[in-house]
This record gives sequence, structure tokens and C-alpha cells, in this order.
Amino acid sequence: MTSRGYRPRRYSLTAGAARGAERRFQLAGLARHQINKVFPWHFSFLWGELALYSFVVLLGSGILLTLFYVPSMDEVIYQGSYAPTYGLEASRAWVSVMQISVDVHGGLFLRQLHHWAALIFLAAIMLHMARIFFTGAYRAPREINWFIGVAMLVVAIFEGYLGYSMLDDLLSGTGVRIFSGILLSIPVIGTWLHWMVFESAYPGEIYIERFFIAHVLLLPGILLALIAVHLAVVWYQKHTHFKGPRARESNVVGNRTLPVFAMHSITMLLITTGVLGLLAGVAQINPIFHWGPYNPTQVSNGSQPDWYALWLIGSLKLFPPTDISVGGEYTIPGGFFSGVMIPLVLILLLFAWPLIDRLRDPDRELHNVLDRPRDAPQRTAIGAMALALFGVLTLAGTDDVSATVLSIPLEPLRWVERGAVFVLPPLVYLVTRRLCERLQRSDREALSGGIATGILERPVDGAYRSVQQPFVGVDADGGEHDPEYDGARVPKTPTPQRLRGES
Amino acid sequence: MSEDGSTPSERDLDRMDVRELGRLGAHLDDVEVVDDSPRHEPGGPGERRAIRRVAAWFVLSVLGAIGFVVVYVLWPWQYTSTGPQETLRSWFTPMLGITFAISVLALAMGLLEWSKTVAPPDVAIQQRHDGPSPPVAQRTFAARTVEILEQTGLRRSKLLRRTVLAAGTAFAGILAVTALGSLIRNPWRSEGPAPLVTTEWHSPDGERTYLRMDTGDPHSVTLVRPEDMVPGGLLTVFPFRESMRGDPEKLSKILRSADSSVILLRFAPGTPVVEQIGQEDFNLGGLYAYSKICTHMGCPVSLFEQTTLRILCPCHQTEFQANEYARAVFGPGARPLPQLPLAVDERGYLYAPHDFIEPVGPGFWSREPRG
Ligand code: HEM
Ligand code: FES
Repeated sequence: MTSRGYRPRRYSLTAGAARGAERRFQLAGLARHQINKVFPWHFSFLWGELALYSFVVLLGSGILLTLFYVPSMDEVIYQGSYAPTYGLEASRAWVSVMQISVDVHGGLFLRQLHHWAALIFLAAIMLHMARIFFTGAYRAPREINWFIGVAMLVVAIFEGYLGYSMLDDLLSGTGVRIFSGILLSIPVIGTWLHWMVFESAYPGEIYIERFFIAHVLLLPGILLALIAVHLAVVWYQKHTHFKGPRARESNVVGNRTLPVFAMHSITMLLITTGVLGLLAGVAQINPIFHWGPYNPTQVSNGSQPDWYALWLIGSLKLFPPTDISVGGEYTIPGGFFSGVMIPLVLILLLFAWPLIDRLRDPDRELHNVLDRPRDAPQRTAIGAMALALFGVLTLAGTDDVSATVLSIPLEPLRWVERGAVFVLPPLVYLVTRRLCERLQRSDREALSGGIATGILERPVDGAYRSVQQPFVGVDADGGEHDPEYDGARVPKTPTPQRLRGES
Repeated sequence: MSEDGSTPSERDLDRMDVRELGRLGAHLDDVEVVDDSPRHEPGGPGERRAIRRVAAWFVLSVLGAIGFVVVYVLWPWQYTSTGPQETLRSWFTPMLGITFAISVLALAMGLLEWSKTVAPPDVAIQQRHDGPSPPVAQRTFAARTVEILEQTGLRRSKLLRRTVLAAGTAFAGILAVTALGSLIRNPWRSEGPAPLVTTEWHSPDGERTYLRMDTGDPHSVTLVRPEDMVPGGLLTVFPFRESMRGDPEKLSKILRSADSSVILLRFAPGTPVVEQIGQEDFNLGGLYAYSKICTHMGCPVSLFEQTTLRILCPCHQTEFQANEYARAVFGPGARPLPQLPLAVDERGYLYAPHDFIEPVGPGFWSREPRG
């Protein structure tokens, strides 16, 4: 660089604009602070960004779809150009979605883009949540973002459900029927709640209009607001990082906002958009022209909701038949437990996890350095246990299809699943815990005994011995000491340079 | 921002170049830049090569975009069901996706390459400032809060505290009533019988309600005679009254009614049958009619297994034993399918003397008849 001093040029458009903004808002110090902000990098930090950018795609494609979708349950005759359903009676909602799929230029691409973005959005949220859980990122001072996060997860599930329920095809109508049944099952106020949503017995004449407003206005608004707060909190509290050569509790190591972090983040936005676009083009999703319009007296066999709702179906399926009579006069249907209480309790446990964690762990420190999952065996095992339960319920949700495909009888399968709900999670807990402890030991062994190099040497006594590459700890002032495990990843492959120096 | 006392003077600033000023800014922001060495000699051959690679990605991105627009505008996309056009048309959406992805992903790759081969690694360390605010902020804030409570009189007057709380709650209350009030309907108040406990099989004025099958034409009416049913046969039927004839909309709508569809079965002679107590006369010989609406969550049951005589719900696979008053024998459903009484009129057509004697479909709190 030159040694000449630097001053902003006096006469240029940008300099003029900057001076103008400065005079009005005093931005220089503020803006510099933000573009100098440091963000750590780890692949697992990308799940949150994936969720964010799928949401961006959802908003964009969704706005375009609203220009064509008609939220109406009026019955009309389909007269679009798709021959197989020509002349069928259907709601205007279904007909408008048919129009988007068949008669709007590029409409099918938009619809599939929107649906794929929804599926990926929910997958990204769950992966993101898993990384927050398994690394302990929810601990103080970040509990608030965990609470906001679980709220967003619940809103996102409802958002997705409402989205595919609006199409009024044979598949989605079945889903609404089940929702109606779950509402009705709630003791005392169930029928009143049902009338609040449907204005009548199922199906009534208004739910599609209401679902539409909730889907395009209410829930996206809530999500937007929550995402804004969520990201503001991440920004303000500074992101966590993994232990590394320079990373401490007291600092954050990474790239500054500009240019590198922004370049990577925009890359992530583009990759998300590009991959979703590819899926939208080549992977058919929710072909309502195959399902046909909804008819409450029909149902297609093996109808499946979107993947993130399967665990709820699993709960409905596995719960034993129960109709509890209250004083011989009132009924609590089993669906209340499987459709309301079980999901509610699971979600509440998830929501309260940072608080539950405090019962288990007396640690009240603030944490900016993440745990490696193996270093918190109990927490990791609890998480794996929860995933196992989610997995069993999800598989149960789709077991009618797997039973048909694999041609296994459904009834014994159901009993196996019911057993698995109780047996598998504790088993997974034990196995995960042991696994974590083994991994910890292998780290400690590598640190004290060195890494196996794969080289054999034969000293004078004649016995072969394998050569280990030892670790050396280096202090801040350059002195060497015996290595100690400090929560950073322990390399398990030898470094060639040092090997050469030592052998 | 930490100003560490040694803020440089205007004269010092004049002497600093871009890099020094950048470092100073970072320092003021508690950032120590560990590595921002350029990847290549600026303007040198290494950087020129790197930039050419980045540019190649961006060119590909533009080509992809052009491809996308060309496909969008020129590719045949209008629906046809036959001919060679059909294959071409079916490739419209995939081609859109492919060109879209090429354009966007090439842009992403260019950006990534740019950040990795031209922009510096930019490894930086920023200090965090965890923990509470400095004591002066805490004390002054707390004091000011107390002062405000004093000044407003809230600290002194219990009456003020209580009434303002009450008024605030009342305000929240009227907001809630305004928001939710419009949505609340009484499910038990409606013209005519309560919809939760009656179906279209209920005849308001005593007119006979016949069994009608769905022929595919929503406006034609075909009634059912016992002889139409072969043993082991199953038919979905809907309610029909002569007074509906003049109402094409009603005729069509009832075929999609959510609570009135019924399955009609005829058991082969000799099939052992167990009847529900109190409903021993609902069947007509081997003919039995059950609500089609699953008592679990309301899906239409739609499969009949001839060998086991079980009716199967496709939603959560509850199985109902057809020859044992359709009681639930497997899966999550608990209650039997309600049975519809059957009779035959003088012309030989099947009709239902009265509605189901219990609510059909999913259970709810007050489904037991009261009184
Ligand atoms: C709508 C869905 C969500 C979006 C768009 C979103 C977005 C993000 C983003 C972009 C970050 C920063 C990058 C990262 O760490 O991945 C982040 C951080 C965080 N998120 Fe989310 N998130 C969502 C849902 C959730 C959920 C369901 C949870 C947990 C239950 C959660 C908890 C957190 C926490 C605790 C942080 C701070 C992480 C740290 O500093 O290490 N988020 N979120
Ligand atoms: S609705 Fe029939 S089994 Fe659930």
C-alpha cells in the first residue's frame, strides 16, 4: 500500500451520498461497527441460514401464487384444459389450483417451488434445532432464542399444514377432516372450538377462506416478526463458536460481515434458491391433478401428509382405542390424547428444555463456546432419545404404505411400533451415552499416547512396534507442556511434516 | 465500541493510509485482524487467473438465465394429452428448473470462488462483552425507575396500583372479546335439529328417506332394492327423499355430504352375525347398513375385506368387524360404526325408517344423549 494518507474524495456521487447520510443520521461509526462484526464459521451453522433462505423463497413464490389462487368453497364445474378432470364438480379453490398447475405459464414451476421450499424449510428448522441442542447453544445467555425457535417451529408446522389444506384436493380434504375430528375431541369446549373454525359441523362453507387468511397473512406475519427478533438476538448476543486454537469464551473468531461473511451468506441464499428451483422443475410434488377434487365420501388409499406432520399421524395411529366416559354422561374420545395431549406435551417439553436442563445441570455460567456432542454424553443421549421417539412416530405415520410396499401384515407391525415407542428411546439413550464415552476416551488416548501413524518400526529387541505421533501442547508464550483435552476437535490422522521431523 | 483513550487526532488521521485506517476501525470495534493477507499479489498473474475462473462462472450464470428465458418463452407448455407435443410439453417444467438451477447455482459458485480465491481469508477475532452493564448504567437506570414510580404516585397509592391494573386488564378483555366474539357460535343452537347429532337420514316431516346409489351422474336418482345386493357385496348409499327431485343442487350435494354416506352390506347366508343390543331389528335379513364415517377421526371407511368380514379405514387403519355390529377390533378407533335401520317399501325399494340413533363420526364431549 502507498504511504499517502487517505481521505474520502470530495466530489463523487458516493461521497456526496455518504456525506448527506452522515449529516442526517451520523451513520459512520454505527455502520463501521456492523461491517466489522465477526461471525464464526462451521457447516452446522448453515442450517439456520438454510431455514431463513427457504423462508425467503416461500414468501416470494407464495406472493406470486396468491395472484391466481381463489380461496372459495363455491362449487363449480372444472372446464380447464386438463382433460382427465374435465367436467368434474369441484370447489373454486381446487379449480384455481388446477389452473395454476396447467393453464398458467410457469405456474406448475411456482407451485412446486413453493411446496419444495416448505418441505426444506421444515427440515432445515429441525436440523438447526438439533445442532442447537447437541452443541448446547441454547444455554445461557441464549435461552430466549430457543423459546422463540420452538414457537417458530410450531407456527411453521401449522403454516405448512394450512397451505396444503387450502387446495381442497382429495388428499388435503382428508387432512382437514382429521383436524376437525381432533378439534371435536377436546373435552367441554371441543364442539365450540369446532364452530369457531368451521362455523358449523364439518366441513361447512368457510374454512378455506379462513385457512387462506391464516396461511398468507396471519402466520407469515408472525413468522416474519419472530424471525426478525431471532436474528436480532443472534446479532446482538454474538454467535457461539467451537473451541479452536484462538477461540475462547471471551471472543469470537471468524470472518467480518464484509466482505467474506456476506459473500458466504449470499452464496447460501443462492444455493438454496438454485437447489429448490431444480427440485421444483424435476421433482413432482403434490400433483393435485392426480388426486382429484375433494369429496368427503371418498379417500385415496395410502394418503400421506407432508413429512413433518407424519409424527402426529403416528401418534393418532398408535394410541390404543379409548373412549373415556365421564360420569356416564360425557365422553373423552381417545383422539384427544393422541391428537392433542401427546403433541402438546412433547412440544411443551421441547419448549421448556433450557429450563429442564437446569434441573439436570447445576451449571449457571454464560456459554459462548459450544460443546462437542460427545463431551455432554447425557444431553446427547437425551437428544438421541427424543429423535428416536420422533423417528418411531414418523415411521408409524407412514406404516400403511410401508406395510403395502414391503408386503408385511399391518397388525403385527403396529404392535412392534407400539413396543418401539417404549423400548427404543431408552435403548438409544444407553447406546448413545456409551458411544459418547467411548469417543471421549479415544480423544484422551490420542492425546496421551499419540496418533497411530500406521508405520511399524523394529527396534533392537526385534519386536515390531507401531509408531505413534505424539501431541505437544503449546502455551500462549510458546512453551511446551503435556497436551490436555480442551473441547476442541482432536486430529486423528498424523500430520506428515512433523512425522518426518520426528522419525 | 471501545474508545481506549488514545483516539488519534485529526492530524494523525490525515497521515494514515486505507489499511491503517481499516485496522484502526477494527481496533475501535474490538476486532483484531489475524489474517487479511491477499490471496495473490494484487493485479498479478495469480489473481488474474483466479478472476478469470470467477468470471467464467458468472458467464455460465448469464447463459443459464438466457436459457431459462428462451425455454420460458419458446417451449410449448400448453396442455395437450396426445401426440408428440405431449412429450415436449411434459419437459417444460423440468427444463425451467434445470436452466433456473444452472443460472442460480453458477452465480453461487462464482461468488464462492470469488470469496475463496480473490477476497482475503479475513480471519478476525472480536472480543465479546458478556455480563451486566457497567455499574454506573445499572445504578442510574435503577434509580431512575424508582424515581418514576415515585413521581407517578404508583409507589405510594395502593388504590392507584389496583385500579390501573384492573382497567388495563379490562382493556385487554374488551380487545379479546372484540377479536374472538365474532367467531363464537353455539353449536347447539340452529334452525332444526342440532347438526352434530342428526344426519340427512333424519326426515324433518316424516317423508320417507330412501337409499340412493351414486351412479356417477349427480342428477340421476337410482334407488336400491334388496335384490341389487349380491351376498358379500358392498355399496355406498346416500339419503334421498322425493322432495329432493326438484332440487338439482341438493341432489348433487348430498352425494358429497360429510356425515350421511352409508355402506350397505349383504352377508352370505349362514354368516354368523352378532347384533348390537337394542338394534336387533335394524337389519333386513342379511342386509346391514353402517355409517361410512369412521368413528375415530371421520375418514370415510372404504375397504371391505371379504375373507375376514372387516371394514377398514384407510386413514389410521381402524378395522370394524362387519358381522359383529361393526365393532372396532383393531387400530385406534374405539366405537362401532353406527347402524342405520333398514326397511323395504311396497315397491321393493330400501328406505331408512329413521335416522341413526347415535351421532356418527368422531366422538365429542357431549355425544351421549342427555336427559
Ligand atoms: C423459522 C425458523 C428459524 C430460522 C429462520 C432460524 C434462523 C437462525 C439463524 C440464521 C441463526 C444463526 C445461524 C445459526 O446458528 O444457524 C440462528 C441461531 C439460533 N437459533 Fe434459529 N432459526 C429458526 C428456528 C430455530 C429453532 C426451532 C430453534 C430452537 C428451538 C432455534 C434456536 C436458535 C439459537 C439458540 C440460535 C443461536 C445459536 C448460536 O449463537 O450458536 N432457531 N437461527
Ligand atoms: S379416521 Fe378412521 S382410523 Fe382414524
